[in-house]
Amino acid sequence: MVEDHGTNLIMHTIICQNVSKVWGLDTPEEVLAIDRVSFSVEPGEFLVIIGPSGCGKSTLLSMIAGLEPPTAGKILHDGEPIAGPSPQRSMIFQQSSLLPWMSVIDNVAFGLELKGVNRKARHQRAEHFLKEVGLRSFAHRYPHQLSGGMQQRACIARALCLGTDVLLMDEPFAALDVQTRYQMQKFLLDIWQAAGKTVVFVTHHIDEAIFLADRVIILTARPGRLLESVTIDMARPRDVMSSEFERHRNLFVEHMRSEVVRAFEEQELVEMMDTRV
Amino acid sequence: MQQTPVQESQSTAPLQSSSLSERKRKARIKSLKSLVQQVLWWVLSLSLFIGLWELLSALGLLNTLILPAPHQFIAEIANQEQFMSLKVGVERTGANFAALTAIVATLTRVLSGLVLGFIAALLVGCLAAYFKIFGNLTLPVITLLAPIAPIAWIPFAILAFGIGDGAAIFVVFVGIFFILTLATVNTIRNVDQLYINTARVLGASRRQVMFKIILPAIIPDLFVILRMNLFAAWMAVLAAEMVGVNTGLGAIIMVGRQMFNAKLMFLGMAMIGVVGYLLDAGFAQIQKRVLWWKTTAQI
Ligand SMILES: Nc1ncnc2c1ncn2[C@@H]1O[C@H](COP(=O)(O)OP(=O)(O)OP(=O)(O)O)[C@@H](O)[C@H]1O
Ligand SMILES: [Mg+2]
Repeated sequence: MVEDHGTNLIMHTIICQNVSKVWGLDTPEEVLAIDRVSFSVEPGEFLVIIGPSGCGKSTLLSMIAGLEPPTAGKILHDGEPIAGPSPQRSMIFQQSSLLPWMSVIDNVAFGLELKGVNRKARHQRAEHFLKEVGLRSFAHRYPHQLSGGMQQRACIARALCLGTDVLLMDEPFAALDVQTRYQMQKFLLDIWQAAGKTVVFVTHHIDEAIFLADRVIILTARPGRLLESVTIDMARPRDVMSSEFERHRNLFVEHMRSEVVRAFEEQELVEMMDTRV
Repeated sequence: MQQTPVQESQSTAPLQSSSLSERKRKARIKSLKSLVQQVLWWVLSLSLFIGLWELLSALGLLNTLILPAPHQFIAEIANQEQFMSLKVGVERTGANFAALTAIVATLTRVLSGLVLGFIAALLVGCLAAYFKIFGNLTLPVITLLAPIAPIAWIPFAILAFGIGDGAAIFVVFVGIFFILTLATVNTIRNVDQLYINTARVLGASRRQVMFKIILPAIIPDLFVILRMNLFAAWMAVLAAEMVGVNTGLGAIIMVGRQMFNAKLMFLGMAMIGVVGYLLDAGFAQIQKRVLWWKTTAQI
């Protein structure tokens, strides 16, 4: 066991050990959101966490980000317990989190501004990443002048600009229309493959999970418990119409139906399958 | 057959752009039209009011000693030197600019009070939100002081600062300071958690969150509250000028009463109305600039 632990430190970027989260502890509104979840993420891995709405996915991710402490259990990043937010782990939220009073380039460079990098140097770097995400000509616009997809790309550029190794993404494309979402998924895979980042990606779309992931972790309905960990060994780019994809899709539906159905209505499962990539 | 789509795309492109500029032009004409209409209604409404007034006094139905006709009291602007009898804020400018000097004196007081109050309230509000103990110690007192009307502070202000600018500025200051401090604390609590989390995840310290997120996020909202309290501040200064400060627009009315000159009284009132309106319109313009990222986002 001790040896195991030693290798874990080298093998894994992020380790969750028996992590639980109770919201509003010792109040009448106490909610057990996450219940003894353990898993680990390898460096460079694309891990997707999937689960029904309200099962605690965002809670889990914000604990990994360091925004919320776990009630019980431990979370390690590169062997160090997570004590608070760190520029080493960037979070991309479901809604665009660009600051509306700053131009796009200032937003992308904001992480560097906080570090005290001077304006010229940080703008130079931000410009590079804006180009990377295809927003160079929008550098001096303001967030409200961008479409939803562009805003999320700018958020991704902001995370990359800071040189983060781990991207934590909380349903980043859920608010986008189907076409844009598909473009953004392909775009994210390109970035991930080119930059060698570790990604932890939360979603409640089965197709999105299969399309993106190296490995998918399935959570139960609230309280979120670890239901299954499924490795997707399909070659990329993946074809959503292929029989292999269909096989995985059926597998997921089966997994989730057999365990989760008692906890939440059929309605929601139908909804999850319905919104294809 | 093959050429048709090409022709179509060629013909639709200029068509679209021309219709776009056409639409823009139409929108501009439309907004111009509504502006002209608005101005017309203003002119109509004013002339109806003044005309009726003039008619009634021409028919002898009004006692012009108490209620002079508009043309009478507006003509009074030619007799500016009589404002001097109680020094309406005129020391060096000479009698011909007495009315202007009074306007400048009143505006200076209102604006200095507002600026000082805004800065002080922002400072205290931020400190109260940042240092919990400081907030717990000061906020209850501020909460109790806030409902005291600015006018109620006038007697104390004149005792403490004597007759002059100091007292008037102080009245405006207390009139907005407490309200705005409470508003600052409140708006800080309502700043979108998403912005704060974003900054924290990017490595912001608590201080950086305060200066880079909280401050830019609350200033537009605070400016709205400042503008809502503008008229209270304006009235407080006029009242102070009437009861003790003895210079400025408010004093003109009192001079008129003391001299039994109703024309002067009404001239003062008219000037207060016009200047007050212009002040508010000016603030509305500033607010548009300060709020640009909110207003444009909502359109
Ligand atoms: N800040 C909070 N305070 C109290 N309870 C919370 C808080 N955030 C989440 N919860 C509760 O924790 C549970 C899990 O919420 P969470 O947002 O993590 O779910 P989710 O899986 O991300 O859902 P969705 O798919 O709808 O985003 C919910 O019951 C929610 O009410
Ligand atoms: Mg969520």
